[in-house]
Amino acid sequence: MQLNKDGYWKENIKILVSLLSVWFLVSFGFGILLSDWLDQFQLGGFKLGFWFAQQGSIYIFIILIFIYIHLLNKLDKKYFGDRDSGDDN
Amino acid sequence: MDVTTLTYIFVGLSFSLYIGIAFWSKANSTNDFYVAGKGVNPIANGMATAADWMSAASFISMAGLIAFLGKDGSVYLMGWTGGYVVLALLLAPYLRKFGKFTVPDFIGERYYSKAARLVAVICLIFVSFTYVAGQMRGVGIVFSRFLEVDINIGVIIGMIIVFFYAVLGGMKGITYTQVAQYCVLIFAYLVPAIFISILITGNPVPQLGFGDTLVGTDVYLLDKLDQVTRDLGFNAYTENIKSNIDIFCITAALMFGTAGLPHVIVRFFTVPRVKDARKSAGYALIFIAILYTTAPAVAAFARVNFIESIQDTSYESSPAWFKNWENTGLIAWQDKNNDGIIQYSAGSAIEGRPQYTPERGSEGQRLLSNKSNDLNDNEVYIDRDIMVLANPEIAKLPAWVIALVAAGGLAAALSTAAGLLLVISSSISHDLLKKTFKPNISERQELFYARCAAAVAIFIAGLFGIYPPAFVAQVVAFAFGLAASTFFPALFMGIFSKRLNKEGAIAGMVSGLIFTLTYIIYFKFLYTEFNSADYWFLSISPEGIGFVGMIINFIVAISISSITNPPPKEVIEMVEVIREP
Repeated sequence: MQLNKDGYWKENIKILVSLLSVWFLVSFGFGILLSDWLDQFQLGGFKLGFWFAQQGSIYIFIILIFIYIHLLNKLDKKYFGDRDSGDDN
Repeated sequence: MDVTTLTYIFVGLSFSLYIGIAFWSKANSTNDFYVAGKGVNPIANGMATAADWMSAASFISMAGLIAFLGKDGSVYLMGWTGGYVVLALLLAPYLRKFGKFTVPDFIGERYYSKAARLVAVICLIFVSFTYVAGQMRGVGIVFSRFLEVDINIGVIIGMIIVFFYAVLGGMKGITYTQVAQYCVLIFAYLVPAIFISILITGNPVPQLGFGDTLVGTDVYLLDKLDQVTRDLGFNAYTENIKSNIDIFCITAALMFGTAGLPHVIVRFFTVPRVKDARKSAGYALIFIAILYTTAPAVAAFARVNFIESIQDTSYESSPAWFKNWENTGLIAWQDKNNDGIIQYSAGSAIEGRPQYTPERGSEGQRLLSNKSNDLNDNEVYIDRDIMVLANPEIAKLPAWVIALVAAGGLAAALSTAAGLLLVISSSISHDLLKKTFKPNISERQELFYARCAAAVAIFIAGLFGIYPPAFVAQVVAFAFGLAASTFFPALFMGIFSKRLNKEGAIAGMVSGLIFTLTYIIYFKFLYTEFNSADYWFLSISPEGIGFVGMIINFIVAISISSITNPPPKEVIEMVEVIREP
């Protein structure tokens, strides 16, 4: 069981690190640090950097959480089967 | 029917709905009262979280702020949504697994110390009260403008409604009223946004209309806005004024503050399983994003409409909303060149907030006793808080839309106030009494104390609304900095490190709190004349300093832990248990 638990936690951390890198890139990266540079590109009537800062980053945040839900559900199943994690207190 | 009658009908209907739900969902146990019996469906919890989260600040103030800040306003958009990614990935599922009632509960048990619990309770009360004061002011603004009652009576009505469902229903009552409040507030936000988007760009989806061309032309809305703002002497709307490092820190402080806010975290204690906590964070962000992606569109529309409807019009023929808001004291006009025509441009028209004299000027405007600012030609003072509320009037939308917005603003303010009051009352009855000073009380007694604490908290919140401290609006933004610099590191390390011990956690929280608080008080209250980038630490404004406070908290916590004893075996086992789903 111990080995199992360590494996679960390691894979979990890997998922967190990759998702949070995207989170950082779209907000702090595209929305702030690289925003002025991205503004030379146009997305319809938006400058691209401005769009990331006021729209795009938010859409990607939602997608990230749902990818996380999906990956973790799969991971839970792999290590713990269909165990129900509810408690009754 | 006129706007006032319609507003009474809409607000009355929504209030009776909230009270009805309160009776239907009365709490019978502490479990019901604190965490709604842990039986809330994740989608319903997502909506409740969204309503809990989106306060008077999000509903009433945010779009107005963005309208005047332009691209700099993005800090609120990214900060207040990106925080949910942090919360969903790093905190919510694990804190749900821990499975207790409050945030200080986790800190007290993970750091095996009553002192840590007490420090957490103090931080929580400080953060939550500053926040709740802002909500009550929001209630006051809506009541005084739309129902034409005294602000104080408005606040008292608000208190009675919150009292009903928070004291009777506890978390259970609050959760189900928040679901209803979410529906009211999002409907009230979207309807005028869609109308205005169609009027200005012909596109019914505000998120797209925002990037579309103006009706009848091939000029993009944002290009037009850039040009107009530049012509009036402002920075172009889509360009930053603040420095990148400041924007970075403010966004980070808002994100980690969001993830550390106790009244948001506790919402994830109400769902049945760890899985549901994750799901619920996802739904919450969808429900929040509906408003948060609409807000920047509303902001851009409002700025265009505002400039076009008053610039170079004579006061005499200025629109009714201009005079209505002038009567509420949130707009002022100082006719600097005495030509009877409103000129709006960059710079502040007058020094400070408007102080009206009892007299009226030659055009019928309210006269001011403020010194006018002669460095620019701007004649208009406008409180940013009114943009969302005034927007439907500015765009000449039908009366029922205006009434709807009033009901929505109240729903936003009341739902957040209720959530905050609940965490304050449970931290007092549960963390202070049951777990610290009076461990022998029965569950019935604890529930009774929880209700008393809620009642007292509502009373104090009401006093804040009636006698608002002048600094409320500013302090609300700082609640995030404080949450980021105190709670976030303690919660995050409590889960992701087995080595962090009680000495480290307490020292970290205390140093984060003291650093952030001192910096804010120094620049915002003591030496306001030095409050500019030249004097700031690394040119980081007080709004963003919570991020630095958070880093200090991490450094202190880790270094103190490394030179003191590791946590006991039971605590390490507890961490292992919460890491499993």
